[in-house]
Amino acid sequence: MDTLTSGNDGREAGPGQGQPGPAARSAAVAARDSYGRLLALLAAAASDVAAAEDALADAFERALRTWPSRGVPASPDAWLLTVARNRLRDQWKSARAQRSVPLDAAQDTLGHIDEIEVDSIPDRRLELMLVCAHPAIERAVHTPLMLNTVLGFTAGQVGQAFSVPPSTMATRLVRAKKRIKAAGIPFRVPDLADLPARMTAVLEAVYGAYVIDWATGPQARPLPSEAMHLAEVLATLVPGDPEARGLAALIELSAARAPARAGADGRFVPLADQDPSRWDPRLIGRAHEHLRAAHARGRLGRFQLEAAIQAVHCARGRDGATDWPALLTLHRVLHAVAPSLGSSVALAAVTAEVDGPAAGLATLDALLSEAGEDARRFQPARATRAHLLDRLGRRGEAVAAYESAIGLTHDTAERQYLERRRDRAARRDEPGGQGKPGG
Amino acid sequence: MRYALLMHYRELGEGEISEEALEEAKEAFGAYGRALESAGVLLSADVLQSQAAATTVTRRDGEPRVQDGPFAETKEALAGIFVLEVPDLDAAIGWAEKCPGAQWGVMEVRPTATAFVNGAWTR
Repeated sequence: MDTLTSGNDGREAGPGQGQPGPAARSAAVAARDSYGRLLALLAAAASDVAAAEDALADAFERALRTWPSRGVPASPDAWLLTVARNRLRDQWKSARAQRSVPLDAAQDTLGHIDEIEVDSIPDRRLELMLVCAHPAIERAVHTPLMLNTVLGFTAGQVGQAFSVPPSTMATRLVRAKKRIKAAGIPFRVPDLADLPARMTAVLEAVYGAYVIDWATGPQARPLPSEAMHLAEVLATLVPGDPEARGLAALIELSAARAPARAGADGRFVPLADQDPSRWDPRLIGRAHEHLRAAHARGRLGRFQLEAAIQAVHCARGRDGATDWPALLTLHRVLHAVAPSLGSSVALAAVTAEVDGPAAGLATLDALLSEAGEDARRFQPARATRAHLLDRLGRRGEAVAAYESAIGLTHDTAERQYLERRRDRAARRDEPGGQGKPGG
Repeated sequence: MRYALLMHYRELGEGEISEEALEEAKEAFGAYGRALESAGVLLSADVLQSQAAATTVTRRDGEPRVQDGPFAETKEALAGIFVLEVPDLDAAIGWAEKCPGAQWGVMEVRPTATAFVNGAWTR
């Protein structure tokens, strides 16, 4: 059972409420926030994530039992923290009693459990995030561990997002938490010399939540808003880090367009065809706040560039047209700063908008031949290539390219979109088309 | 926490390393040892002779058996052991990075499970 949800149900939403409205949603966000804060504090004090989780789960369980009859305490978080801290102390004492060997005097203390400040509840989530993305933890587990500990998602929920069975994900998470304790990974912000590299790992783990290859099928995608939440938390914890701001802006700008990405019939709508009035102006505004704060720092980076690109796309809602030359400049800088398959394909697609599809195709093929074998299985490369061939009127090649892109497309709506494009290319008699790449 | 830094690297054959390079390595290890000592984290430091000098002893089959040669012949052999007392893994990794052996081999950083100190096994 999801202790977080049950804790939340017990104290914020109340039983018997109907559809989750905005109030229930913000209550859920608040619950996730306080869960992460409490767990970070307890885990840092005990140097043990698993023990802290158990203690916190006990505290939530006791809250469910006692609050309905005795009433919700004035400070629910302080109450939960006190109960969990006492629980940790009990565990520590009984573990000591069971030990048959003498202990090193320096190790034989309550650790920092007694130093937990119940009233002020300092925010130690950055330390927790740094632990989750520590180089001694397997890279593939960084993002799941963050979703599980900082946001309180169960192994089942995280597993669903990563298309991994719940038991497999649970095993991975347990192993990682054991390792944190056994290896002695510290809950502290590293020295300035080590911080940049460690922050990069944290940013990449948060980005990992945003780019999860979403489970196939028509079910709801529960996590993009959580990637946004994680990025917001990080930007709050390190407001002076321009890349943390850039990442938050990037995810928000992308999330802002989510409502316009599917048409009324559930069909996939590519970026160029989206109705800007369906984009979320509140999220776009928030993203621009982050970008302004980031640019004021004068240190450019990959996430700020990606966010700037998204901001140019979103400016179509205001200006009515897309500034392709500006996009081309940004994509060239991005590809120079952080070259990747994604940056190659995007650069080619934008080149096609500015200099025509033939130039775009030439750029794409040149960049992909540099990238080698990995590029062959990269769906966006296949899809973009198909669109460009289609626009050049090379229908036979376009149909074949659509075929190979469809084979790599997991998202149902997008696959259906590509199938329609393929069929249209196959039927068309006259060369040339109107399609534009992007999504 | 106690950590063992296990230094592994490919063993060099006779004459494969010049006298000069050997002197430089000795100096680097000397500086490393002094740095560990002055930081107050060093419990012990041993650089081992080559696998050729190893002897293996077992009583696994009941009778004591002594054999010449290492337990397992590997390309990269255990070449040295540094035992440190440091606050956490980051500190241990920091010292492992500074070890001269990290330049031509790998350092394995292992937390100690239990150690015999002052007449008893402790943790």
